Amino acid sequence: MEGFTALFEQYDVVGAFWVNIQLAFWAALWSLILGTVLAVMRISPIPSLQWFGAAYVNIFRNTPLTIIMVFGSLALWSQLNVSLSPDFTTNFFRLAVLSLTVYHAAFFCEAIRSGVNTVPLGQAEAARAIGLGFLPAARIIIMPQAFRGAVAPMGNVLIALVKNTTVAATAGVAAETSSTMKTMIEFYPNYMTQIFLTFALGYVIIVIPIGLLTTWASKKLAVAR
Amino acid sequence: MRKTRYAAVAIAAAAALTLSACGGDSGSDSGSTEGSGEKIRIGIKFDQPGVGFKDGNEYTGFDVDVAKYVANELGYPEDQIEFISTPSPQRENMLENDQVDMILASYSITDTRKEKIAFAGPYFVAGQDLLIPNDSDISGPDDLDGKTLCSVGSSTSAQKIKDNYAAGVNLLEQPSYAECVTAMQGGSIDAVTTDDIILAGLASTDANKGKFKVIGNTFSEERYGVGLPKEAGLVKCEDINTAITKMVEEGAWEEAIKKNTEGVDYTFNAELNPPETDACA
Amino acid sequence: MSAQNVLFDAPGPRARRNIMIANILGVLLVLVLLWLAVSGLAEKGQFESAMWSPFLEWGTWQYYLLPGLLSTLKAAAVAVVASIAFGLLFGIGRLSPFKPISWVCGIVVEFFRAVPVLLMMVFFYQFLSKSTSVDPAQVPFWAVVIALTLYNGSVIAELVRSGVFGLPKGQREAGLAIGLTPGQSLRSIEMPQALVAMLPALLSQFVVILKDSALGTFIGYTELLEYARRLASGEGNILPALLVTAAIFIVLNFLLTFAAQRLSRRLGARAGKLLKIEDSIEPEGIEAPAAAK
Repeated sequence: MEGFTALFEQYDVVGAFWVNIQLAFWAALWSLILGTVLAVMRISPIPSLQWFGAAYVNIFRNTPLTIIMVFGSLALWSQLNVSLSPDFTTNFFRLAVLSLTVYHAAFFCEAIRSGVNTVPLGQAEAARAIGLGFLPAARIIIMPQAFRGAVAPMGNVLIALVKNTTVAATAGVAAETSSTMKTMIEFYPNYMTQIFLTFALGYVIIVIPIGLLTTWASKKLAVAR
Repeated sequence: MRKTRYAAVAIAAAAALTLSACGGDSGSDSGSTEGSGEKIRIGIKFDQPGVGFKDGNEYTGFDVDVAKYVANELGYPEDQIEFISTPSPQRENMLENDQVDMILASYSITDTRKEKIAFAGPYFVAGQDLLIPNDSDISGPDDLDGKTLCSVGSSTSAQKIKDNYAAGVNLLEQPSYAECVTAMQGGSIDAVTTDDIILAGLASTDANKGKFKVIGNTFSEERYGVGLPKEAGLVKCEDINTAITKMVEEGAWEEAIKKNTEGVDYTFNAELNPPETDACA
Repeated sequence: MSAQNVLFDAPGPRARRNIMIANILGVLLVLVLLWLAVSGLAEKGQFESAMWSPFLEWGTWQYYLLPGLLSTLKAAAVAVVASIAFGLLFGIGRLSPFKPISWVCGIVVEFFRAVPVLLMMVFFYQFLSKSTSVDPAQVPFWAVVIALTLYNGSVIAELVRSGVFGLPKGQREAGLAIGLTPGQSLRSIEMPQALVAMLPALLSQFVVILKDSALGTFIGYTELLEYARRLASGEGNILPALLVTAAIFIVLNFLLTFAAQRLSRRLGARAGKLLKIEDSIEPEGIEAPAAAK
């Protein structure tokens, strides 16, 4: 057991989790924004936007994240010379955030759309009756209610996002949890179960509060009907 | 399914027992006489072009050529060889469990591994090196400051460069060498690192031919051995060493290297190669 | 709110013209972006025929893509069956009136729902590699299957539980009233209804399993993505290989999603009266209907 605790001096486990948390934070922020835009596109009156939103969701929702990650670093960075930061490490961090965003935006979009489905017809009809066009109606009437109805599914997307940050190792983000755990197990196979449980527990500690919080918030925010 | 698996293991174990028993009776060169109908199971890598690669339904690479030569010397012509994929983390275990008779899979001889298994050879001394574009002016790990270096899997080899040679190098880890090479072709990374023979094999594939070179300035020693089970199994360490020595003397060894690194500016480390085989334990 | 056209008035002539202009602009924008990407990649030689010609050869499909697809489907199929078994066991366990059982099941389910699948795969791969009871050639396969099963089984367990919770109370009360034990009522009255209602969600969970099986490439399981990488090691065409792989995954998952939606519509009339399970919208997991209501 002494050898096991000594591992934590050699490997920065907390730092690894911090990388994943940062990845999750930025990716959640951006994919929420992109997902909202996509959701508005899908309910908008313009056919090409509807079509684009639907195509986006169907393509990225059905592609393994690993492949999107490799594309983010390999196609964008090495082939198209897209650089998101002059600093090497930051660049790959941001590319990973971009890949995570592209993937999870499709799920946020669908979560928000399911929230739109909880808004009664009468709300939209009333909005039209008082003369609001599509965008004002969406902004003032529909979307605020839709978000309140979409808290629970969005919470689930957020939890998936946190866990999916482990795939960022594919996109050249070093020092995050999955690669750190892999290295530790490779060099100290005797402690592999303890090492795995440590990392697993770390995720339990991060994920369970998010679940509890969103469940609580979804009840609290649910529109009484 | 499980039953058949156990049965297969039991049969294999029984076969190994009878063979080793017979070997005890008839002396040292038992393999060449008794191997006639049996198959030999050789572990190789399936995903390293030029070293051990499953190309469609064929097997190619330097490890494969050495394996074929050695097996032939032991009395197993090519049609009696069964190649099995032995990924790095599973190699010792596959030998201990009698899943393979011997392993030639860029398998470095180390003391830790010797605790669990035995080695014949070495048949090649590889070393960590750099693969760079043909027009690059990098001449060794010291030139990598401010450059980007690509590696695969756990980054110990790349980390060694950062620690010992170029503190300002940018390390990029990728899922496989296919990604590294594509990124280097795109011009966004400057070098790929791992053992020189693996790099040379990678560069000699049809798609990469003529684009990259291996520097030839190795800065570590990886002695590739033939992994064997600790308790004598189907094949004997001494017989393998004899076969390796013969392969070198006949010139087939150098031919195999040339063939598998064709079209690449690469010369193996002649000070260390061809290596003398170690004494068997 | 289902009909989308209630969000805006039927467009008049002027609005129709504006929409047409917006349509054209939108299409142009997409085309420009696509052109930028394609021309950039073409400049790096990604569209040279040597990059793509391997996919026109039968050998590529015979030795790489089809065996890869087969392994992907094999791992996914075994994981689906195992996940359902795991899900039923722990889902029902969580409903057990005997507290210790329901607690243990609850802890197991919550734990495996929280741990990233990739971490489980890496661990089980290393763990099984060192064990002596598994055929080493099968270690990557079992590591993939176990990791997928533990996670997706836990999600299905939650589905089972929330499916039963989502039923009207009267169903159970009626069962007890006619003299069934709680267990009998669960088995013959509640579970059948809950299972029918959760079928579409279950199907979309299969999409998750299929997609996540691609993580097997990290531990050398020879699934589709791994074979694509091997092909690319020899041919030097990783980007085209990944594009083809992505296309195969998209088609497969699209078909599964389509089937789930069809099923959901057909069952809608029946199950919709009892409870409502949202179409699966999360990458990993289904919204618990009990929590939503």
